[in-house]
Amino acid sequence: MADTTSTTTTGPTESVTHIAHAQVGAFNAYGVWAIYRFQMARWFRTLGESLATPVITTALYFVVFGSALGSRINEVGGVPFGSFIVPGLIMLSLFTNSIFNASFGIYFPKFTGTIYEVLSAPISSLEIVIGYVGAAATKSVMLGLVILGTAYFFVPVQVLHPVAMVAILFLVSFTFSLFGFAIGIWAQSFEQLNFIPMLIVTPLTFLGGAFYTIDMLPPGWRDIALFNPVVYLISGFRWTFFALQDVSLAASLGATFGFLLVCLGVVAWMFKTGYRLKN
Amino acid sequence: MPPVLSIRNLNKVYKGGLAALTNIDLEIEKGEIFALLGPNGAGKTTLINAVCGIVTPSTGEITAAGRNIQRDYRAARSMIGLVPQELTTDAFETVWDTVTFSRGLFGRAPNPAFIEQILKDLSLHDKRKSRIMELSGGMKRRVMIAKALSHEPEILFLDEPTAGVDVELRRDMWKMVRGLRERGVTIILTTHYIEEAEEMADRVGVIRKGKLILVEEKTELMKKLGKKKLTLHLAEPMSALPAGLEDWDLALGKNGGELEYVFDTQSGRTGVSALLRRLTELGVQFRDLDTHSSSLEDIFVDLVHENA
Ligand SMILES: Nc1ncnc2c1ncn2[C@@H]1O[C@H](COP(=O)(O)OP(=O)(O)OP(=O)(O)O)[C@@H](O)[C@H]1O
Ligand SMILES: [Mg+2]
Repeated sequence: MADTTSTTTTGPTESVTHIAHAQVGAFNAYGVWAIYRFQMARWFRTLGESLATPVITTALYFVVFGSALGSRINEVGGVPFGSFIVPGLIMLSLFTNSIFNASFGIYFPKFTGTIYEVLSAPISSLEIVIGYVGAAATKSVMLGLVILGTAYFFVPVQVLHPVAMVAILFLVSFTFSLFGFAIGIWAQSFEQLNFIPMLIVTPLTFLGGAFYTIDMLPPGWRDIALFNPVVYLISGFRWTFFALQDVSLAASLGATFGFLLVCLGVVAWMFKTGYRLKN
Repeated sequence: MPPVLSIRNLNKVYKGGLAALTNIDLEIEKGEIFALLGPNGAGKTTLINAVCGIVTPSTGEITAAGRNIQRDYRAARSMIGLVPQELTTDAFETVWDTVTFSRGLFGRAPNPAFIEQILKDLSLHDKRKSRIMELSGGMKRRVMIAKALSHEPEILFLDEPTAGVDVELRRDMWKMVRGLRERGVTIILTTHYIEEAEEMADRVGVIRKGKLILVEEKTELMKKLGKKKLTLHLAEPMSALPAGLEDWDLALGKNGGELEYVFDTQSGRTGVSALLRRLTELGVQFRDLDTHSSSLEDIFVDLVHENA
């Protein structure tokens, strides 16, 4: 066979330096923005459905828990029961929606194959995460605020530490969106996508004191409940409303950050190894 | 001038242990149109995906304009555009939004005028507000091309760009590819349509079972490996070959009305003149004769089977 590297150069004879492309600098801000905006646009297109479902669900919770149970349980720690469940309800929605939005956001392009474009783009894994997880977290924060607004129509709500409340809202939204993102990368079917939220997160949330304080549990159960990480998340959030807490605020923040770090580690590992993203 | 794309000792073994690429060495010059041919499952898509960052190479070094695609992926990837083989598009987004998204993703500042131009070039402008799921298959393919061109790449990979595309659109695409080349864009395409490689490519690579078995300039290739077929249109049809012609590998065609002889133009003795002499001696009369160079397709089929 002849010289296999022989070539014809029919293009213009300019040099192969690509100054024009040296512009993708240390941070691909346009890329992050493109992903973020794309995810948000999908959500805004179905804003009605996106918000109506959680608002209706919340309203139902107030009817069932607030009115029906509230007539039996008057107050918890000096707070009317209807008001008491507000932080827990917000957390419950935040968990499920963060996970759903983020996992779906990355699973869907994997499923349709459009992920090829993100994988072939000059964008780092960190930037990909900021785009996808940032969008999912934004949706959750908005949702949390909408649910809080809805609650005002049903029960008196006070927020003793609004700044801390918003901070935790952001932190939890981001953490669970990151968790959902990892699930979306891991999942290989729509069933698997729902598996962890349904089988682990929802039960842990219901058992995690969303609608009661763990002090209301029998002593043995209380100790077991302390192994439930959700207890710490809800307790911290409830503190920002009523200064009521199951566990110390430091423990709450510690647990939240701890979970955030675990999720970060998992996602970083996934990108490093190309786990279920690349062949 | 350094090559715009350089692949050194590339190997890819998929998880199941399948060696999809074995010791691939390839250099592509700037402004070239390179056609990668090979049967199904040969490794064409794997090779493209390895360059584009979708498949992680097992070993090997790939550079785009001197930039390593792994260590210096930002610089390398921002120069590369990919139109994948599968029609994988969003469904609910509009044509305009999805092309704009691609440009942003590749780190380019918004440039609506440029996007507008691409859509016009690809006859998609009047569909820019349509959702992608409302488009036909050929239009979707053009959307994918528009996406790949949206960030002004210097190297464009087209993985079977004309699969499922009608003749007219195929011609349009060829025109577009030539236009891009005139602007200095390097194009690497895979195809199953040999005529496409024949029509378009400057060089041809043939890949088979993960090995690059041949890289050659197209004209050289056709000259070198070209076989010719001599067809003699007989005055009198014959039912069988007459005795005395055993030295030549002959066949009767057209119900005995034509005598066909395939010969290798490269071999020193083609046997054509001897054959004609013998035919005259045997008194075989013919009205006319013609020769036909084999197409790239014939060459390709030969290669893929011979090197088995
Ligand atoms: N993700 C994967 N995991 C395992 N094996 C794979 C994977 N993708 C491709 N292969 C295998 O690698 C080989 C090369 O596949 P590839 O898609 O590169 O072929 P191709 O030349 O593009 O074929 P075609 O002309 O059909 O598109 C095939 O045997 C294929 O089955
Ligand atoms: Mg292929």
